[in-house]
Amino acid sequence: MTSLKVPPTGLRFENIDKRYGGLYALRRVSFEIAPSECVVLAGRNGSGKTTLLRIAAQIVRPTAGKLSFPGVKTNSANHDDARQGRPGYVAHTTMVYDELTAEENLILFAKLQNVEQPEARAQDLLRDVGLYARRDSPVRTFSRGMRQRIAIARALIHKPSVLLLDEPATGLDPIGITWLASSLQQLNQAGCTVVMSLHGESEISALATRAVRLDAGAVIADTQSGASLHSILIFGNA
Amino acid sequence: MSLLSNTSVLLGKELRTEFRSRELLTTTIVFILMVVVLFSFTFDPTTAESRRFGGGLLWLAFLFAASLMLQPCFLREQNNDTLSSLRLAISDPFAIFLAKLVANTLFLMLTELLMLPVFAVLYNVPILPTFHWLLLVLFLGSLGISVAGTALSAISAQARMRELLLPLLLLPILTPVLVASAEVTVGLLDRDPVMQWKGIGFLAVFDLVFLTALWMFGEYLLEE
Repeated sequence: MTSLKVPPTGLRFENIDKRYGGLYALRRVSFEIAPSECVVLAGRNGSGKTTLLRIAAQIVRPTAGKLSFPGVKTNSANHDDARQGRPGYVAHTTMVYDELTAEENLILFAKLQNVEQPEARAQDLLRDVGLYARRDSPVRTFSRGMRQRIAIARALIHKPSVLLLDEPATGLDPIGITWLASSLQQLNQAGCTVVMSLHGESEISALATRAVRLDAGAVIADTQSGASLHSILIFGNA
Repeated sequence: MSLLSNTSVLLGKELRTEFRSRELLTTTIVFILMVVVLFSFTFDPTTAESRRFGGGLLWLAFLFAASLMLQPCFLREQNNDTLSSLRLAISDPFAIFLAKLVANTLFLMLTELLMLPVFAVLYNVPILPTFHWLLLVLFLGSLGISVAGTALSAISAQARMRELLLPLLLLPILTPVLVASAEVTVGLLDRDPVMQWKGIGFLAVFDLVFLTALWMFGEYLLEE
């Protein structure tokens, strides 16, 4: 990974509620993630993991409560400060344009986020994710695993201090999963805070220093110790 | 400054994706051509009749074209949730609207400019003497259609019956723009052309009001 050191940024959820009509997706969620932590969100389907990640990515506004990024200078006109408060987000979909090539997509998002030398940054990332040889191919021609790689590259284009990943191993083959685990480890060691939702244990979950389990939109377990963390990921209890 | 630079980057993306696929332009041009040709052969109007009804016919065809063109405007962004990645990447969501409405206005005007000579030949109405004024009406009318249509496209893209909802919302809101544009166009196609400045003023105010509303409330239209 070409990512260098990033400024330390944490994540704080304070009494977050999210309601869709009468249905509570999240209920009074409060916890804080320290800078450079690697946190796994665990829980069954529909437990609120994706909603929480989308709120952290500032795509979805919470019905009540507050999200903040300790360490980020607010009201700064500086592009670097503005980027620091913008997490990188890998969702279930690629969040890139199928009609554009891999390189065009990355340059587009680099320019939108005022990244210096967008072309060079895009090419570096394409080398990192192993898509440099296919940089001129439209994304619609990519396999599922390649699409996941370009989605990860897009999320990293602005060197985010916080990286949010929603089931990032989806579609990746064993080699891809090993690559992702090693990339996330390097990013985390460079100071990037990583929050990801996962099902079960894998090479990627082995990076976690903390696990938070959600059930019916509420936090039911939060642990940093090895045995409990394993228990949360596998059995759903601390 | 970031609003303008983001808008120009996004406009580049809109133009590149459209000129690469040519989905919207091809469909719209073929459709609008069929409407104008069909009307010409069905009613076989005299030059005097064409001068009286031509303006209305043209804007009716432009409305059909616009409703075809505006439908996929935000639907395209839903395929891979690219709207979310745009909202993540930029600080002012108005840039997304601005890029889309400029692109829609350009595509609509391109279609209209291609259609004008066909109309002039088939309906035997000279357009060259008042072409510069026609351009002004086309621009203001197309801008009005695009501003309102882009906003409504963002709303309808999130609804369940999206294909039906856009025309339903679009037609009543665009009626004043169409009436004003058609009246000014009829005046310009007349044997003794007159420029109806009242109509032009109305179109300019409509565009300004909708543009301001979009700038103020557009962010809420993009929320999940």
